[in-house]
Order: sequence, then structure tokens, then C-alpha cells
Amino acid sequence: MSEQSDRGPLPIPLPPVGEGEVVSPAGDAKKIRIATCSLAGCFGCHMSLLDIDERLFGLIKLVEFDRTPLTDIKHCGPCDVGIVEGGVCNAENVHVLKEFRNTCKVLVAIGACAINGGVPAMRNNIDLWECFQEVYQYEGGLDGGQVPNDPELPLPFDKVHPIYEVVRVDYFLPGCPPSGDAIWKFLTDLLNGREPKLDYEMLHFD
Amino acid sequence: MQQFEFSDISRMLTPIFARHDVDASRLLQVLLEVQDACHFIPSEAIDQIAAHFDVPRVNVEGVAGFYSFLSTRPVGEYRILFSDNITDQMLGKDELMLYLCNKLWVEPGKVSEDGLVSVASTSCTGLCDQGPAALVNGWPLTNLDRNRLDLIAELIRSRKPVADWPPMLFEVADNIRRSDVLLGQPFEPGAAMRATLARGAKETLAEVDKSNLRGRGGAGFKTASKWSFCHAAIVEEEGSMICDVGGHPERYIVCNADEGEPGTFKDRVLLNSYADLVFEGMTVGARVVGASKGFLYLRGEYRYLLKQLESVLQKRREAGLLGDAILGRADFSFDIEIHLGAGAYICGEESALIESLEGRRGRPRNRPPFPVTHGYKGRPTVVDNVETFACVAKIAERGGAWFAAMGTAQSTGTKLLSISGDCATPGIYEYPFGVTVRQILADCGAREPYAVQVSGPSGTLISWKEFDRRIAFEDLPTAGAFMVFQRKRDMFQTARNFVHFFAHESCGFCTPCRVGTELQKKIMDKIASGHGTASDLEEMKSLGHILKTMSHCGLGSSAANPVLDTLEKFPDVYVRKLKALAFEPAFDLDGALETARKMTGRDDDWAHL
Ligand SMILES: Cc1cc2nc3c(=O)[nH]c(=O)nc-3n(C[C@H](O)[C@H](O)[C@H](O)COP(=O)(O)O)c2cc1C
Ligand code: SF4
Ligand code: SF4
Repeated sequence: MSEQSDRGPLPIPLPPVGEGEVVSPAGDAKKIRIATCSLAGCFGCHMSLLDIDERLFGLIKLVEFDRTPLTDIKHCGPCDVGIVEGGVCNAENVHVLKEFRNTCKVLVAIGACAINGGVPAMRNNIDLWECFQEVYQYEGGLDGGQVPNDPELPLPFDKVHPIYEVVRVDYFLPGCPPSGDAIWKFLTDLLNGREPKLDYEMLHFD
Repeated sequence: MQQFEFSDISRMLTPIFARHDVDASRLLQVLLEVQDACHFIPSEAIDQIAAHFDVPRVNVEGVAGFYSFLSTRPVGEYRILFSDNITDQMLGKDELMLYLCNKLWVEPGKVSEDGLVSVASTSCTGLCDQGPAALVNGWPLTNLDRNRLDLIAELIRSRKPVADWPPMLFEVADNIRRSDVLLGQPFEPGAAMRATLARGAKETLAEVDKSNLRGRGGAGFKTASKWSFCHAAIVEEEGSMICDVGGHPERYIVCNADEGEPGTFKDRVLLNSYADLVFEGMTVGARVVGASKGFLYLRGEYRYLLKQLESVLQKRREAGLLGDAILGRADFSFDIEIHLGAGAYICGEESALIESLEGRRGRPRNRPPFPVTHGYKGRPTVVDNVETFACVAKIAERGGAWFAAMGTAQSTGTKLLSISGDCATPGIYEYPFGVTVRQILADCGAREPYAVQVSGPSGTLISWKEFDRRIAFEDLPTAGAFMVFQRKRDMFQTARNFVHFFAHESCGFCTPCRVGTELQKKIMDKIASGHGTASDLEEMKSLGHILKTMSHCGLGSSAANPVLDTLEKFPDVYVRKLKALAFEPAFDLDGALETARKMTGRDDDWAHL
């Protein structure tokens, strides 16, 4: 399957400003549209996004949120930036991820799960079949239990995969979760037309 | 899984413990014996070994899990490991391995249901000049073909002990094709020692210095400098002069016979037929730095040489060339002990080797401090390659100037090359440094040579355009491997084989290498399966940069060489395999849902991708 590969610049090059600030585009220029989603993740990365606290007010002067768990919009329109939390553990994740790739100019993998598979990928050492038998059939009190097969339930993959194995990813923002400050720095760099760059202090884990 | 009673285990362990000191540095050697006795390391044995050495159980488990010749699950009573180097593959290894598996009703990588046999692959066994090769319970099988495998299958089915198999199966030839001063001239045991004692230790170091000898293990460090650093460390500690007193119990000479670099097998030949030369070089080293104890770290694959090496040591002791009062000098005692490795390439790295000597997992240490100041048990230790010690013996005997007159300005003396691959006469070739690749190719009867992998996967790949380059530290440094490839060979598969090797051998200590080698492998496999795209090539280049610059040791920093070299010199072999698209998923999305479809019995639209 092919993916869109052209990665255009953001629509409005913002005047560069000092670190941590965002300058409003002049007049009523079009706002930057951001979409976010959580695949096989814990929403921790989204919580961390909210951790930018009052800086959110500055941010929403510049950006509009499209599909995100915050807006409850179900499908992406054309967006400038897509931020994906969590890895790919089932078929539905693939549909969502492809929608993001097809509609977002810049796709960002946020957090260890999106980048490496993270905590959910710990199941990769366990055979899927054995795992489901254990949970749905052998566990005490489950006489006659069977593996749920409702078509509404997304079908799980054998293994959990990082998102770059399914679509092309433009930026990786590591952390579990990345701190609010790291997310802020990343977004302001992006919005100001700079190549996002995080200092060591914002990257190290211990 | 096989069950063992506690009392069985202790009955088995008692004689093993009796053969070794109660010193945790013996741990790996004890585990090797347990593996032999039980075909795996039973959990109960781990408990008892931990108690015996008074170390936590996890230490023992950690070691048992690290080395690929040890296993915590049963392997077959007959364990067959096919050498997986590219040269073995070129000789039909994959097909032969399947042939044997079919004959024995066993799947590759699994144990047969009756526990009789298991068949799997292992990293290069150092028999590339007589491949395809394999190990059966540690013993080398050479020149494998269908006839031999028929015989082997028969021997296994009739449960004949490996010791009673026809010796012809285990013949390992030296294949010395060209010899010079090291291999071609007779050496009388003791000659170098007598010269050293007559000349004096300091003066012998001066001769080694004058010879400009550089280490033959790959890095090419000047041997005399290494030895004088070791000396300096001792002087600093004790304020004493070098070698004024005899052997000091707390400095060590280690001979690195791990020879794990795929395509390298010259140390095997030196140890088989020139062991006296090597041990004598170690003894000269001991005299120079004032050591009284030496180790030969012998890779597990060369375990078949152990017995004969022990007997060479014994003969030397009897001749007064090892042990107390060497050659009658009361102030000079030195002895050598052989330690076995257990299938880990990383243990060739000198600090990992020392960890392994101390009985632990082979994890490279932080350097500095270097082994010359803080080595075995924290004491000054000289680690040198087998061939380096052989050169030292010659230099001690015939003088530094004699040695320095051979070779080139920066690379004196001769070099042993282990030649394999597409040539008429694979084997060992000794050349003075400075010889051109073209000359070597002509001498070994290379047929339509197209590329040569110099110094193994961690070395350099050169194309036919570069055949006038020279073997020397100034141009093409090498630890000895020289694998020749014909035009019809797919250089992508070569690189892919090497990438798999590094991913398998990464010790896992540092993230850039543990993850980086695995990512390289995934991408190469993706390209091989026809799903590669241009962005994958870019990804491998940036991965290569990370591996080179961020790895903790030389394994990681050279693990990208095969990919970067082929991308630079044979870009077509990649481009031909790429899809025209900008991006392709790394795995078969729909296929990865198959288990879940079976499990749920679903086949609706949402159950497919
Ligand atoms: C991953 C790795 C594997 C190595 N394997 C070997 C080996 O098998 N034999 C060897 O002599 N040196 C090997 N070396 C080099 C040793 O670390 C060390 O430099 C060498 O033994 C020093 O001896 P020399 O000065 O005589 O060359 C290896 C290095 C690395 C990084
Ligand atoms: S990276 Fe950490 S915080 Fe983010 S989704 Fe994964 S587990 Fe949660
Ligand atoms: S570079 Fe590789 S082999 Fe070396 S320490 Fe790191 S993980 Fe281990």
C-alpha cells in the first residue's frame, strides 16, 4: 500500500521568537490544525500534553484542534500536524494511523509506546494464542469461556509494533511520557518554523 | 523437560567441583562441564552452583543465559550446530542443514521429540577453508556434503557415541598455502627464552620496540607500547624497576584466542601446529612485564584443540620452559592456564574477555582504565593476539631489526591471512605486509573476483576497482580474514548475513548497539522480502551513524560497516530490490492478524487489512 510521502512546509511560517514563546500570526491568518490520537498507549502522553498548563491558552490562539480525544471529533480533516501516542496493537490502530498519515502534513510519534512499542509490547514475548486462552478459557471461573469474536472488537496483531513500521513518521518525541516542557519546546519549535530540537535535559530518562 | 533429582545433580556436580577451585572465576568452566554432562544447565544445578560459589543465583543464571553454547533448556543428546558464516552459506549450508533435518525428523532450531537430536545454526566456527562446517557436541565436522550427512544421520540414529564416530569426519586440515618467517622457518622450543634471558628483560622490550611490531588482533596497537604501559603501571604502584625481581603473582599475560571474527581461522592453525611458538611468546612477555601467570582464552569452537594444547604445556613444563625456575632461573616462574569460551564473539574484545576469564558475562568494561593498568582481577594485564605472541617469540630469538626489515614502514613483519570464499585454494597465506590484493587473489586462484571482505564483517569491503590496494595498517588493516566473492554473488546477501551476525552477537549492554543492530537486521530482512523502499536506505545510513558514534565498544561501532560499505560500493544491489514506493510497512499487516482470525473464527471485513 502506498502512503503520501510529500512533506510540505507548514502553511504559515511564523516569525521566529525567543524560546518558549509563541507569537500570534498577524491578523486572522489561518490557524494551524493539530490532530492527536492514542493507539496502544495509556493516555499518559496526552496527560503530559495537558501539563503544559496555562501555556495552553497561548497555544489555542495559534492552533485549532481537529480529531483528538479532547474534541471528540471522529475523523481527521486535512491537518498540519498529527500527534500519535501509543503503538499499533490491532487492526483498528492501523486504520486510525493511516487516516492520520493521509491527512496530516507532519506526523509525530510521541512517547515510548509509539516509538518502540513500549509497555504494551511487553506482550510480544508471549504467544498470542496462549495468552488469549489463558485469559478467556483457562482462568478459573470461566467454564465454557471463549475468545470474544464480535466484529466490533478490533482484531489484535500477533505482536505490538512501533508506528514507524506501519507508516512513515516525520518526528519522534521520546519519553514515557515526554515532559510537558519537552512537548512545549517541540511544538513551539515546530510552530515557529524551526527544526525541533530538545536538549539533553529534556531527553534523558533517569 | 528432563527431570533431575536433587541427589542426581549433586552426584554429578561433586566431581566437577573437585576439578575446580572454589573461586567464582571458575564459574564458566563449571557450567561448561554441566552442559556436557546434562545437555543443558538444570535449574537445580544452578541453585547448587550458586551455593557452592556463594554467589547469588542470578549471577549463575546470567552467565548461563549469556553464552550461546550453554542453555537452560535441554538441547539434543546430539547437538549439531551448523556454521552460519557467509562462506558456509555459499557452500550450500542452508540446503544441507534442511537435508539433515529432514533425515532426522527434526525442525531447525528445535529438539527432536525423543530428545535425541537438535540442529541449529551458530556463528562462524573458523573452518571456512573446509566448509560447510558444523559442530557436533562441540567437535568440528568439516567438508560436509550429502554423503557425510547420510552417515552422520545414521550414526545418530544408531546412538553411536560421538567419540566412536569415524575420525575422517573430524579431520581439520591446516591448509598452509604460503609460508614465510613465521610458518616457514623451524623453531626450537626454548630458543626465544634463552635469548631473552641472555639479553635481559629491558633489552628484550627494546628489541620488541625496535621491531615496531603492532598487534595482530585488529586494532594494530604497538605491542612494545602496551607492554611498557603495563610496566609503568607496576612501577607507579611499587616504585620498583621492571623485572628486577622475578615473576610477580599479580600481573597477567593473556593470549586472546577467541578468534570470533567470521572468516578468520589463522589462530586455529597457529594453535594446532605452532603452539610452542605462541606459548614461548607469552613466556617472553611474562619475563618482560614480570608476570607469573598467563591465560590462553580459547574460543569454545576450538575446544577440540584443548587436549593437545594441554599436552604441549605439560611438555614445556617438563623441559623447564614453564613452571618454577624457568631454565634454571630461580627468579623466574610462569605458568599458563587455558580457559574455554562458550560461543560469544564479544569475548574477543579484551575487557569482555577479562570479564569472561573472571567467570562472568562477557560485557565490555568502561575504558579507561585499560586492562594494562586494571585488567584481570583489577591487576595490570597484557592482552595480545595469538599471532602477536608468535611474532614476539621470533623477535626475541632473532632481534627487532631483523623483523623491522620486512613489510612496510608502518607495518613491519608478515601477516597471516585466512583466505576463503570463491577461490581455488582457500587456506592460510603468510605475506610480508604491503602485498596487493591483486597479488593475493592471483595466488589463491580466485575466479573472476568481484569483491573482497577484508578483516571480516567489522572490517572493510573492497570492490574490484580497489584491487591494487595493499594489506598494511597504512591502507587496509586486517586481523586476517580475507573472503573472496565472485561476480555472481549477491553482495546484498553478504551484508545481510553480517548484519544478522552482529545482531546475534551484540552483548546487549548498551542501547545503540542492542537496538541498532536489531533494527538493521529488520530493515535488511524487509528489503530482502521485497518490501524495501528508498526511505529504508536513508534510515540505515542514519542508523549507521548512531552505531558508529554512540556504541560502548568496537562491536557496535563496526556493526554498520557491511551496510555502509555495500551502500557505497554496490548501491545497485539495493536499488534493484527496492519497491518504487516511498514507504512500505515493515511487516505483512494482514498476515499478522492471522492468529487472531483463527482464534476468533472471524473473517469479516474488519478482520482483514
Ligand atoms: C568485538 C571485538 C572482537 C574482538 N575479537 C578479537 C579476537 O577474536 N581476537 C583478538 O586477538 N582480538 C580481538 N579483538 C581485539 C581485542 O580487543 C584486542 O585489541 C586484541 O586482543 C589486542 O591484541 P593485539 O594488540 O595483539 O592485537 C576484538 C575486539 C572487538 C571490539
Ligand atoms: S509512552 Fe508512556 S505515557 Fe505515553 S502512552 Fe506509552 S506508557 Fe503511556
Ligand atoms: S556496543 Fe554492543 S557489544 Fe559493545 S557493549 Fe554495547 S551492546 Fe555490547
